Amino acid sequence: MTFFAKTLGTVAALALSAGAALADPALIYDLGGKFDKSFNEAAFNGAQRWAEETGGSYRDIELQSEAQREQALRRFAEAGFNPVVTTGFSMSSPIAAVAADYPDTKFVTIDGFVDPGEHPNVLSILFSEHEGSYLVGMMAAQASTSGTIGFVGGMDIPLIRKFACGYAQGAKAVNPDATVIANMTGTTPAAWNDPVKGSELAKAQISQGADVIFAAAGGTGLGVLQTAADEGILSVGVDSNQNYLHPGKVLTSMLKRVDVAVFESMTQGADLETGVKVLGLAQEGVGYALDDNNAALVSDDMKAAVDAAREQIIAGDLAVHDYTSDDSCPALNF
Amino acid sequence: MDRMPAWADAVLVPLISIILAAFLSALVILAIGENPIEAFKLMVEGALMKSSGWGYTLYYATNFMFTGLAVAVAFHARMFNIGGEGQAMIGGLGVALVCLYIPFPHWALALIAATLGAAVFGAAWAYIPAILQAKRGSHIVITTIMFNFIAAAVLNYVLVNMLRPKGAMEPATAGFPEATHLPTFFDMFGSPENPLFRSAPANVTFFIAVAACIAVWVLIWRTRLGYEIRAFGHSETAAKYAGISPTRIIVITMLISGGLAGLMALNTTMGEAERLVLNAPEGAGFIGIAVALMGRSHPFGVFLAALLFGFLYQGGAELAFWANIPRELVTVIQALVILFTGALDNMVRMPLERLFLALRKDS
Repeated sequence: MTFFAKTLGTVAALALSAGAALADPALIYDLGGKFDKSFNEAAFNGAQRWAEETGGSYRDIELQSEAQREQALRRFAEAGFNPVVTTGFSMSSPIAAVAADYPDTKFVTIDGFVDPGEHPNVLSILFSEHEGSYLVGMMAAQASTSGTIGFVGGMDIPLIRKFACGYAQGAKAVNPDATVIANMTGTTPAAWNDPVKGSELAKAQISQGADVIFAAAGGTGLGVLQTAADEGILSVGVDSNQNYLHPGKVLTSMLKRVDVAVFESMTQGADLETGVKVLGLAQEGVGYALDDNNAALVSDDMKAAVDAAREQIIAGDLAVHDYTSDDSCPALNF
Repeated sequence: MDRMPAWADAVLVPLISIILAAFLSALVILAIGENPIEAFKLMVEGALMKSSGWGYTLYYATNFMFTGLAVAVAFHARMFNIGGEGQAMIGGLGVALVCLYIPFPHWALALIAATLGAAVFGAAWAYIPAILQAKRGSHIVITTIMFNFIAAAVLNYVLVNMLRPKGAMEPATAGFPEATHLPTFFDMFGSPENPLFRSAPANVTFFIAVAACIAVWVLIWRTRLGYEIRAFGHSETAAKYAGISPTRIIVITMLISGGLAGLMALNTTMGEAERLVLNAPEGAGFIGIAVALMGRSHPFGVFLAALLFGFLYQGGAELAFWANIPRELVTVIQALVILFTGALDNMVRMPLERLFLALRKDS
């Protein structure tokens, strides 16, 4: 392959995308990597589903360093991939930096935010994690007999505090005297993949009386779920449906449909509608998981209460406080 | 003299090591069913055959030059500074504070101030392990590596609780003001008609890194302090006998080392990201150890080794882009090079030394 041939390829790809919108989509995973059993893997699953259902092909890359963020965006845009879908909030600044140079390419930032007024070719997809967490918080408080429930977060960042805050509000809505113990695994990205530490934190919370623990910690959460199952208490999974990991021991999972976001972005292809999209309960972007594995754990009362709250939130009658809106939480101190 | 010629020591040994590493990497690539020659072509094409590829190669090389020099200076005093990572993180904090809170009229002034900020913060972070080593005998290897973790925690705290703009999700500072943006190679050498180095992150910091290489050479081989550092490195007791204070040498060497590591933040924080992000050094502090080992702690060697690692990083990225080679394998290839050039140095050196001696006896 010479430079000339590559340039020809690029020109051909560009010509195709301009003419008939036949360009392939590209997907850029955040530093956590493609197979993190959580957030990035959900994106991968969405892309795989798209490829299987449409027979299309896409290119993806796992980033290795900060400097590669912009590089990857530019390389994919120059090669004619459209849309370029990215996961993780760290991609939004690089997208804001390059979007203007490639006006014909659509960029998607999942979990990130880019001002649509400045960059009309960017779609920001955000999730209302606090709403989904609120629902599982309610379920946790109802399932708890001790009145104490736990939360294990991954890296201590505002996004995870948003999960914790919604969870605590849900729990306090059911039982105002409920005690919520919140712990973060760490302060570096290593905290996303430390199941041993997750297990230790779960044990510490159990010794403080917690009998339901919500893990919003990526790979670390697998250790939390395992320990909870071993110690005979309940746990709550995150992002994907993790009920199957320990049938009958996982109360529910807080779903965050990253896969749906990727799937829909790829399906719309180059004609993608840009702007800001917030996927909440109403859009089924977040929610709680109910299947055969946890059917016995979720009583009819529980389900009725949670579904009622869900309706109220969708209708706007019940507002769940979003930690990231003012960096504080009425129901929980960090 | 039972030593091999200097050129063999400086050139032949690293060269053989690299060839061995390349050979093993080729086997690894073959094993996952890819074509190693194609992969190598991709790496060379992506890293060296285009100006934007060079822009990335030199950007990474700049990082490695600073951290490599930091480790090399400490090596001359027989100290193993593996805290380059933490010192670079805290150096980044110095850069961020200078850039965010002082209104600069021009980038040149900002660069001078940020250079000072980075060096002072990096040096300050190295000062504590240094003083503990000098006064209390706490081993520098243990303390510097522990300080990496403390630096990460400090940075996280500062970013999350103090410097993060309201409402922002990412633990990072706001973007630096326009006046502090450093000219990139594209700004310096390219133009709209001639897009040399377009969109690559290499910037003016590269020249500071080169200047630092020269400065370190002058320091180590042309100044009294450098002589004292080397004397101390060769024998602490002899140095003491000659009236050199070990405390003074340990502290000063570590301050220089930490300052150099801190300077790396100029490139990543001020030159590339134009804001301070968590984990800005990305392991360059550790790569610096391999760079210093491979460069035989000589600034020119460090320069060349940094270029090689810059090539490996950028070439590795190209592999990940266009070949079906997973990210982990790119790391394996990079690790093989480090293993052979750094850790297994003697494996090549000793047989080679014997070979040269045998040849000399014959003649």
